[in-house]
Amino acid sequence: MSILVNKNTRVIVQGITGKDGMFHTLQCRDYGTKIVGGVTPGKGGSNVEGIPVFNTVAEAVAATKPNASMIFVPPPFAADAIMEAADAGIELVVCITEGIPTLDMLKVSAYLKGKKTRLIGPNCPGVITPGEAKLGIMPARIHKPGTIGIISRSGTLTYEAVYQLTLLGLGQSTAIGIGGDPIIGTNFIDALEAFNNDPKTEAIIMMGEIGGTAEDDAAQYIKKYVKKPVVAFIAGQTAPKGKRMGHAGAIITGGKTTAQDKIETLESVGIKVSRSPAEIGQTMYDLLKQVKARKKKPAAVKAKMKAKAKKPAAKKAKKR
Amino acid sequence: MNIHEYQAKELMTKFGVPVPKGKPAFSADEAYTVAQQLGVSKFVVKAQIHAGGRGKGGGVKLVNTPEEVKEVASKMIGMTLVTHQTGPEGKLVKKVYIEEAGAIAKELYLGMIIDRTSKQIVVMASTEGGMEIEEVAAKTPEKIIKEFIDPVAGIQDFYGRKIAYKLGLTGDLVGKFAKFVKALYRMFLELDCSLVEINPLVLTRDNNIFALDAKINFDDNALFRHKDIEALRDVDEEDAKELDAKSHGLSYVSLNGNIGCMVNGAGLAMSTMDIIKFYGGEPANFLDVGGGASKEQVTHAFKIILSDDKVQGILVNIFGGIMKCDVIAAGVIAAAKEVNLSVPLVVRLEGTNVELGKKMLDESGLNLITATGMADAAEKVVKAVRGEL
Repeated sequence: MSILVNKNTRVIVQGITGKDGMFHTLQCRDYGTKIVGGVTPGKGGSNVEGIPVFNTVAEAVAATKPNASMIFVPPPFAADAIMEAADAGIELVVCITEGIPTLDMLKVSAYLKGKKTRLIGPNCPGVITPGEAKLGIMPARIHKPGTIGIISRSGTLTYEAVYQLTLLGLGQSTAIGIGGDPIIGTNFIDALEAFNNDPKTEAIIMMGEIGGTAEDDAAQYIKKYVKKPVVAFIAGQTAPKGKRMGHAGAIITGGKTTAQDKIETLESVGIKVSRSPAEIGQTMYDLLKQVKARKKKPAAVKAKMKAKAKKPAAKKAKKR
Repeated sequence: MNIHEYQAKELMTKFGVPVPKGKPAFSADEAYTVAQQLGVSKFVVKAQIHAGGRGKGGGVKLVNTPEEVKEVASKMIGMTLVTHQTGPEGKLVKKVYIEEAGAIAKELYLGMIIDRTSKQIVVMASTEGGMEIEEVAAKTPEKIIKEFIDPVAGIQDFYGRKIAYKLGLTGDLVGKFAKFVKALYRMFLELDCSLVEINPLVLTRDNNIFALDAKINFDDNALFRHKDIEALRDVDEEDAKELDAKSHGLSYVSLNGNIGCMVNGAGLAMSTMDIIKFYGGEPANFLDVGGGASKEQVTHAFKIILSDDKVQGILVNIFGGIMKCDVIAAGVIAAAKEVNLSVPLVVRLEGTNVELGKKMLDESGLNLITATGMADAAEKVVKAVRGEL
């Protein structure tokens, strides 16, 4: 009931001996992720709390047979680290590093062409399949195993949506932060395709922001291929033109890159857009209820579902 | 990061991109000397500010003698120039650029940006030089010529020739144009640009090509390997609070409202601004304290918010992942005590160490309003600013 990562994913960490790399490696391992090794050039032969460290990814691959890598290497060296992972044949590379030069990422994407490696990020919180594996920096305890797939350009905003879902009793199949940079590995469409093909993902939340046209491309893809319910949110409705809003990719540069433009495009293809960031979970909850009501089911099952659906809503009311 | 036209032209010259003869001047007397040195018969005096649309605002003047250059420069330096890009408050002109005015036969547009979808550098050109290119793209998209450059092979002559013929160039101008594009591309790569715009690119009556105006933006993420470019930064052209924030590892953008925000993560920070607006308030700023801010950074962020006189209330919205809520709480408490906080403060904490953070705030003796969830927080801060809470 997931995409990209699960309990069998074997992970190495590039930059494992750095402060952030070490902290999050151990957090991920505590969550149950199979961390099989780490890479820091010059520190091969040592270990981090029992996790063996290698000088190169190739050595780590030979010794530990990983199929994923999580990267915490500082920005000047991160592009190199991604390419090293691809060179060693790693299938999934999750790059957490923020601040990689855009032209470095152009090189990386040219390098990855034709290779089997899938890159997530950079400048992203990572990927989590609740209850199975966490390759990233997200707080584990807000997640809950379930059937909602989440795709987002932002980190903390993803946590916000996940937590709203969890409070409503809706679990997540997998949550992917695709990253806030202009050039990223996996885009909305790649992730949508994976969720669409995953039989255990029932519905999808897509969170975009100002800048670029990725959301418009995603809207066209959803219209054409995605049969599952989709809820969207676009951050930056109040952002001024020409100002970079933290993310390198979040800047209104003219053309159709404002939040309003994107919301209109998404709505024009029938996607439910939550206008308030506090209502993303509730919007999904209501949409699922509508979809279920539309499907004609025997009265007994319907009644049972209704009773089930009421529970989390009541819980929420009490909380307020 | 942005630079001035005169700095852009100096860089372009280094890379072999042809520009008209010219030099900057910081006073009227210097302008006179510069004009004499240029030794040409027609001059353009251009105000140097980080904004487009200078011509319409009176920031570009055509004159004939060094004496006239001096006279125009004396008026321009010290004036506040208002253009469609400066906002109504305008920008103070501190320097001018004096340039040879050539005999222009035709004005074209040439730009380079990174295309996110194809993950390639795209060269854009148009016969509609001197126009607002976004308008051209919106109204007559067929007039924009695009060439996507293969990142492995890099710029080849054929790209330039293709564009040149589509622009209607003939004879040796085709070769000159291809050379121009090649030089510009080399600069784009070597200096880690994020945008280069030559508008207009001019064809002169004696069959030459020049960049008459130049706009270069640099990738902030790559400045660490371009100390010489970083040195071109003009702090007068940038918001003092934004620079101050940057030097403390914070991302701050000032806006026009009265509700200050402090948030972790860019997406959540933007959404916090949005939800304030949703409840009828106006955000005073965007402020992302980042993933792993320290107590000192949080304290500093707080001070930056409060240094804005417009701020009548503050909303702290933190969803701790890497960021721990107790660190935020410690920073908020320290800052509030240090600056003698006098405006209402609404705090919403969630995530890592949230219980500890809340407890610290409760026990601090500060007069603050706690909130559960973003909606509650936004509603409360909007009411507090209106004096309804």
